[in-house]
Formats: sequence, C-alpha cells, structure tokens
Amino acid sequence: MKRKALVLAGVGAAALAVPSVMTFAAEDFGKYQVGDTRSGYTFAKVETRAIQDDDFENPGMLWVEHGEEVWETVDGKAGKSCKSCHADASDTMKNVGSTYPVFAKDIGKLENVENRINRCRTDNMKAKPWKYDSRDMLGVVSYVKRQSFGQPMNVKIDGGAASWFKKGEEFYNQRRGQLDMACKHCHVDNAGNMIRANTLSQGQGNGFPTYRLKWQKPGSLHRRFRGCNKQVRAKPYKTGTDEYLALELYVMWRGQGLPVETPAVRN
Amino acid sequence: MNTRRIALGGIALAGLVAFAASATLSGAAEYKVEDEAIKASLTGKAGDAGNGKKVFLNRKKGNCLACHVVASLKDQPFHGQVGPPLDGTASRWKEGELRLRIVNSKIVNKDTIMPAFHRAEGLHRVLKKFKGKTVLSAQEVEDVLAYVMTMKE
Ligand code: HEC
Ligand code: HEC
Ligand code: HEC
Repeated sequence: MKRKALVLAGVGAAALAVPSVMTFAAEDFGKYQVGDTRSGYTFAKVETRAIQDDDFENPGMLWVEHGEEVWETVDGKAGKSCKSCHADASDTMKNVGSTYPVFAKDIGKLENVENRINRCRTDNMKAKPWKYDSRDMLGVVSYVKRQSFGQPMNVKIDGGAASWFKKGEEFYNQRRGQLDMACKHCHVDNAGNMIRANTLSQGQGNGFPTYRLKWQKPGSLHRRFRGCNKQVRAKPYKTGTDEYLALELYVMWRGQGLPVETPAVRN
Repeated sequence: MNTRRIALGGIALAGLVAFAASATLSGAAEYKVEDEAIKASLTGKAGDAGNGKKVFLNRKKGNCLACHVVASLKDQPFHGQVGPPLDGTASRWKEGELRLRIVNSKIVNKDTIMPAFHRAEGLHRVLKKFKGKTVLSAQEVEDVLAYVMTMKE
C-alpha cells in the first residue's frame, strides 16, 4: 500500500514539474490509445480528463465508495451480503470488469455485470433485483468494475458468445429512427468530428458506469445506448434486454485492449 | 331538406377521413427523380428563403448546422464538421440536385449520414411520436432549398 502511494506521488510531482511538455505531448494518449482504438478519454477536454484522473476530484468515486458499503451490507431473506460469499472484491472480482459481458453456460445466455449481480440478488440473497440506474446498482457495478481498473479489455466472442456478437454487430450497423442513422455513422465514420457542440468519440464502453457532468451522476452503458437511440428519434430498448446485451458485447469488443477506466468522467 | 343536408354531411365527413388516411399512409409528397435531381417543386409553389433560414437553424427541424459550417452564419454557435461547409454549394449544384439532397441524400449516396428530410417510410424503429412523419414538410423543404440557393460563391 505504502509503495503504491509513493509511486503515485512521484508521478504527480513529475507532471507538475513539466506542464509545458504535457501540453506539447497532447497527441500521445499513452494507454488510452491502442492502435487506432481510442478511449473517449482522448476526445474529452483536458479539464474533464483532469477530473477523471484525480481520485479525490472524480465524483464517480463517491459511487465506488457507496458500492463498497453496499458490498458489505446484509440484505434479503438469505441474510447475506455480497461479501459473505465473495469475500475480498480486490481478489474475487479482479477480472470481471475487463471480461464482461460473458456467455453464462448455466443460464445459456450472455450476461453483463448488472444482470449477474441481479441474479445473485434474487437467487443467492433472496433479495429484490435492483433497477439499472439505481444508486445501489450504479454503486456496486462501479465498485466491482473498479477492481479491474487499468486492465486491458479482453472480452470473448467465440463459443456461446459468437451468435450474440453477430447480433450486436448487426445492431451497430443498422440504421434506425426517423433520422435513419446507425451507431457506425457517428462513432466509426465521424469519430473526431464535431457534431454541434460535441466531439464525436468512438463510443467506447471501457469507462462505464461513466460519470456525466451534464447529469451530475453516473449512468450505465445501457442508459447511454438509450440516449444514442433516442437522439436519432429511434425507439430505445429497455436496459438489460438481449438486444442491448448483444450490443454491449460488440461495443466492448471494439475497445479490446483499452484499459478499464471506471469511473470515467465525460461531459 | 333535412335528409339531404344529412347526406351531404356524410359525404363531406367520408371525404375528410379518406384524405386523412392517405396523408398518414404516404407522409411524404410524391416526386420524380431524373438526372440525380428532383426538378419540380414538391408543392408546386416557390420556397420562402426567410422561413427557410429559420427551418435551417431550428434544432428540432433542419438542424443543418449540427453537421455543416456556414460562414455567413458565424453569429450562430456550434457549427458541426460532419458534412462539407455549405458556402458556395448553390454554385456547385443545380436547384433540382440540391432539392434531391435535402429530400433524400441516400438516393445519390447510400452510405451517407445525412438524414432524409422528406421521407416517411422504410425506416426502422421510429419513435412513436415521429412515426409516419417526415422531418420537414414539403413546403419546409422548398423553403430551406430557397435559402440554400442563396449560398452562392
Ligand atoms: C450466497 C452466495 C452469494 C451471494 C450472497 C452473492 N453472490 Fe455473487 N456469485 C455467487 C456464485 C455462486 C457465483 C458464481 C460463481 C462462478 O460461477 O464461478 C457468483 C458470481 C458473481 C459474479 C461473477 C463473477 C465472475 O467471476 O464471473 C459477480 C460479479 C457477483 N457474483 C457479484 C455479486 C454481488 C455484487 C453480490 C451482492 C449484491 C453477490 N454477488 C452476492 C454467489 C453469491
Ligand atoms: C448522431 C450521432 C450518434 C449516433 C448515431 C450514436 N451516437 Fe453514441 N454518442 C454520440 C455523442 C454526441 C456522444 C457523446 C460524445 C462522444 O463520446 O461521442 C455519444 C456517446 C456514446 C458513448 C459514450 C462514450 C464514452 O466514452 O463515454 C457510447 C458508449 C455510445 N455513444 C454508443 C453508441 C451506440 C452503441 C450507438 C448505436 C446504438 C450510438 N452511440 C449512436 C452520438 C451518436
Ligand atoms: C448528420 C449530419 C448532417 C445533417 C444534420 C445535415 N447534413 Fe447535409 N450533408 C452531410 C454530409 C456528410 C454531406 C456530404 C455528402 C454525403 O454524405 O452524401 C452533406 C451534404 C450536403 C449538401 C451538399 C454539399 C456540397 O456542396 O456538396 C447540401 C446542400 C446539404 N448537405 C444540405 C443540408 C441541409 C440543408 C441540411 C438541413 C436541412 C443538412 N444538410 C443537414 C451531413 C449532414
């Protein structure tokens, strides 16, 4: 623990000492760019990145902390907490954020972290499932994914996941809504271009739940999908549906190699 | 006397219903494409450039600045870069070619991101509120076109 703190302090001091180099090196996005794959971080304003980078300033960290509390809290008829079965999250959850969604053989379908958690709540804790964007769900998902912080995204798209991947890819490339656009028209063909006041990014999912300055609150990836559907005047799907699960897998695959950034900060 | 009036009322009503039904079914005006252009006005009337400018700027209507830069509109914030600047576009294209691009650009470039502003069918999962409706009415297309026609080099 001590060593880590020292190293971090060292990095901080180095950054402070050479601000001009930092500005000149703006195009070197370090771990946030892998080949042509770029995190939304690299399209964000410098001030927004600075908020994300500072654990004390990053408001998403409040949800991570709330998640840690919930992790340890007994709930439901079985009288258990997450911790009762999963013990130390930094050990048992360390690969979850970088590998989900996964094909869960026992239920024969694709599962993301939210749905897996709700399965634990209903089946293992005998507790009520959480709504996707409730404070507890956002908190625990943020806490669980935070355990993979910095790990490269590495989702599996073969085996049982293959047909889901294909559906997600089709969704991504299908035009929809009165404005008749597909995800790819904005996030592939026009990444880097301004649309109105926004710089379009590649629409990566590696930072979710993401704290949005506009909402003053974090949001799930599926909430983002709903927003991106509605802005082209298309009927969104409900959070947690098969359509969005498939899309989530495709979106996460597009970001293979990018580090888990949870909680990312965007505007 | 009385019966005759009732009968007439009935015909008028039936007429209205039929009209309404055909309007929702087709949503968009009919037009003919030739030489990659729509040469005739969609309404048979000329456009009003003044109203066209309003529709062009309105974020719930044309919202054209979301994707295009227009130098003469630099008093307006946030011009997008997704499409080419429209300055001088009326010198590059004929009126009928521009009308086609506003009505449905996909007729000339099937991969374009530019929405078809006057198309109501063949769309996937349109929000209920917009279902069967075009983004711009036929006259609004003519008005925007009249405004775009002022963008000469
Ligand atoms: C009664 C025991 C129990 C409780 C309580 C419980 N879980 Fe689980 N959880 C399991 C079991 C069993 C699995 C499946 C393990 C496996 O497949 O290897 C699992 C799997 C998971 C996974 C997937 C892990 C992986 O590596 O793929 C996550 C994430 C998870 N649980 C989160 C939670 C959270 C968050 C809570 C509290 C809200 C919770 N669980 C409560 C038993 C429990
Ligand atoms: C009309 C353009 C447009 C379309 C079409 C669109 N989006 Fe977006 N999307 C945006 C904008 C604008 C943002 C916010 C800025 C940014 O990150 O690009 C955004 C953000 C996102 C983000 C958050 C990125 C981050 O780093 O936090 C994801 C994920 C995303 N979109 C996925 C999708 C998916 C999946 C689809 C298809 C269902 C889609 N988008 C369709 C415009 C679009
Ligand atoms: C979502 C982005 C987007 C929106 C909104 C948009 N356009 Fe476009 N527009 C484009 C793109 C991209 C092109 C480039 C040609 C292509 O893709 O077919 C284009 C091309 C054009 C052209 C041809 C320009 C030239 O000189 O070659 C005209 C004229 C035009 N648009 C007018 C409009 C008008 C008028 C509106 C509003 C009613 C509008 N556009 C809204 C994206 C957009």
